Formats: sequence, C-alpha cells, structure tokens
Amino acid sequence: MKKGILLHEASDDVGVAAMDIKAGEEVQAVTLEGASVATVKTIEDIPLGHKVAMRDLAKNHHVQEYGRTIGFAFQAINFGGHVHVHNIKSLRWSASRAKVLVEK
Amino acid sequence: MNTYTNLSLTGYRRENGRVGIRNHVIILSVDDISNAAVEGIASLIRGTRAITHPYGRLQFGEDLHLTFNTLIGTGCNPNIAAVVVIGIEPNWTDYVVKGIAETGKPVAGFSIERYGDLKTIEMASRKAKEFVQYATELPRVPVDWKEIWVSTKCGESDTTSGLAANPTVGRVFERLEKTGNTLFFGETTEVTGAEDKIMEQCATPEIAAQFKAAFDDYQALVESQGVSLLGTQPTEGNIRGGLSTIEEKALGNVEKMGRCTVVGFLKPAETPKKPGLHFMDSSSAAAEMVTLCLAAGAVLHLFPTGQGNIIGNPLLPVIKLSANPLTVSTMSEHIDVDLSGLLRFDYNMDGAADHVLDMMAHTINGRLTNAESLRHDEFVITKLYRSA
Repeated sequence: MKKGILLHEASDDVGVAAMDIKAGEEVQAVTLEGASVATVKTIEDIPLGHKVAMRDLAKNHHVQEYGRTIGFAFQAINFGGHVHVHNIKSLRWSASRAKVLVEK
Repeated sequence: MNTYTNLSLTGYRRENGRVGIRNHVIILSVDDISNAAVEGIASLIRGTRAITHPYGRLQFGEDLHLTFNTLIGTGCNPNIAAVVVIGIEPNWTDYVVKGIAETGKPVAGFSIERYGDLKTIEMASRKAKEFVQYATELPRVPVDWKEIWVSTKCGESDTTSGLAANPTVGRVFERLEKTGNTLFFGETTEVTGAEDKIMEQCATPEIAAQFKAAFDDYQALVESQGVSLLGTQPTEGNIRGGLSTIEEKALGNVEKMGRCTVVGFLKPAETPKKPGLHFMDSSSAAAEMVTLCLAAGAVLHLFPTGQGNIIGNPLLPVIKLSANPLTVSTMSEHIDVDLSGLLRFDYNMDGAADHVLDMMAHTINGRLTNAESLRHDEFVITKLYRSA
C-alpha cells in the first residue's frame, strides 16, 4: 500500500499528508524513520501538508502532534478526517484573553 | 579531523583564530547619513562591499547598544578580512573601529565632519584599496568542521517545514554538536507553544530561566500593545500550507534544534563563549534574525523554508532548504537543497542530513549560495524602539 501520511511521533493524534490524498483513499501512515504505524482510510480530501485524524477525536480533546498539544478540537473529528482551522483552535492567546486585552 | 563528506574543508583563519568561509572587505556605515560616502567608496574600489543601513543617529539605551553591537559584531565576523568604517563624527566612528580592532584584523575609520563626502571618499578609498590588496593575498587554508559556526532560522513555514526541512536541520545540528561546533537558533517571537520543549533541552535551570525571561518579556510587549497575535499567527501563508495553530507552528520551528542541549542564552548579537547550541533572543523577521547571527559570529546559515522565503545576507552565506515539491519546482533558483525526496520516501532523515552537509561543505569551500548569486544582500539592524 502507498505510504501517504507522515507522523512525527507514532502516538500522535494527527498525521501529515505527504501528497494530495483523495477522500476514500487508503494509505499507510509511517514515521519519519519509515516505520509503519497504521492504515488510514481518509473520509475527506486532504491536500499535501495538511493533517489527517489518526483516530476519532472528541470535542475539547487536546490534539497531539510532535507528542505535544497543538490545540483543542472545538468539534468532534472522525478518524480519517481533515484536521485544520475549521475544527481545531490554539489554546494560546485565546479569544477571551484577547478580549480582556482589548478592554484594558 | 571530523568529516561528513569526501571534501576536505578550506577557509580563512583570522588573526584571532576564528575561521571564515568568505573573504570580504567591507565599507561599513556607522549611521544613515554616511551611506552616500560608503556607496561612493565601494563603487570606486573593486573587491569592496558597501554595508549600509538606516540607523545610528539619536538612539539611546539598549537600542543604541544593539545597533553598535551589530555594527561591531559585523566587522568582527571572520567572513570579513578588513573593514573601513565611515561615520559622520569621530567619536562613534572610533568606537566602532576600536571594537573591530580587538580581533586584530585591519580596520580604519574616517569621519566626514571637517572633510565632507568627497575628501572622505578619497582618503578612505586609498585605505580600502590597500585592504583589498591585503585580503586578496590571503590564502585559503585547511580548516576543521568544528571551526564553522552555524546558525539557523526558518521562514514562510508550512507543514513540510516541521515535517521535513526543520528536522533535517535538527539532524545536522545533532551531528555538529558532537563535532564541537558553535550553533545558534532563536526567534523568541515564534516559539509560543514550544517554550516548554526549549526549556527541557536547556543544560541548566539558569539557562532555562534566562530563556523564559526573554520569552515572557516578548509576551508582555505584545500585551502592552493591547493586541492579540491570534489573528496574525499562523500567517495566511502558514494556514494555506496546512498549519492550524501557533503551537503547531512553534513545535515545527523548534525541530531545528534536534535533540541538542541548549548550552547558552545570548542577548541579540552577543557572541557565544563556548561550543554547543545557543538560543539567541531575536526577532523572527528573517533579515533581522540572520543579521543578528552574522553579528554574533556565525559564518554559515541554514534556512529551511516551506512556501519559499528568499532572504539572503551580504556577508553570511544562507543555504535554503525546502521539502515542499511546489516550492522547489516553482522557485528553484532560490532553493539550494531540495529535500522533497523526504516526502516521497526516497531517503530518510539521515540521508537528508547528508545532502545538507554536502552542500555546506561546497559552500564553505567557496561555492556561492543561490542567495549570494541572486544578490540577496539583506542587512537589517533590529530596532528595539524609536529614537530620541
């Protein structure tokens, strides 16, 4: 099977598309060192460089990449789905904090 | 002698023992109004290079010190053989000359007051010609990898940066750390979300605390302006490339440090005193950061890019790396090392690091980088606040 998704850490919630992947395609997810981690069937088109959910992610889940938190899911994301600004957000410089700053 | 390629390395050994990979004679402006004379000398004397900038007048405090440390550090950099310093008045001109003279390299200063541009150009051109003839007689000599001080900063990042180009730099840095190289990274403004990782890799709690203080200062500066960077970070280009949050961008950014230990915290333009990886408090604006690395003593710079930042520096050769297949095909004249093979699984990270080290060896030995051939001569002083 085609290698199409790269993982920084085998345990990450998200992998990165190493090529443009069409919805419904089955690709292999591998680490940077080439170790195979899982097979992923995408449920949406994933452009090169964009992220794919490696498992179902519940709403408010702290999303892991590089073995660390990159933000939280503000809506549930399904395995094989496209993970980007439409469903995850930063935990830094949050909107409420920005508002406090503006009110100062 | 450690070696990473079949090529043996050559460079210029300066009076203070440091090794340069270029042999520039520069005409250096102390201030904005001296730029015209500097350009005049550089256009008269073959083999000189004008280094001009818009600052140097009525600055004060830390901002003043940073400008002069940047100018002195630039003159001291071992990629430079000799320096002619031009300023409007004698005090600051002498201050810069004295700072550079500590390296033992030939340096001379000329101030314009009491002479005017034309007499200054005449006198300084005679000295510049003498310096060029001195420099062009200097031979390249065998040098060791560990003598090459290497800096890094990334730009126009996308997920291919965090995935491939940045970790390749990290892999190169891990090898150079073992060799005993002096290494730099920074970008205080763009590590939000990865500050814990940097602190975990600091050699001592003191270094971690120094880094954290600089990081917190920056956060406080942003807040004091009553703004949130949420709207600007990641940038539109970052988001198009697949980056979703500042944390993700930062974690990709710090892949450049690999698993190296941070052995020192440097103020902007500060020269490290020992080998190993140093965090330098610095802006994330490419030209500012690379200029600070030049002033701190780096002689070669690795610049990974995703969407295609085209920055260069007149004195510090910048090697561009990209793993984005679109960037390496549409902007090929800017990319020195094509790492898109990593995404096609043509080679692994160690293979990618080998490619970069090979290009570094060629560049050290005199091959011009793409940014050098394309005349990307961005020399930009970091300004901390407005002048008096």
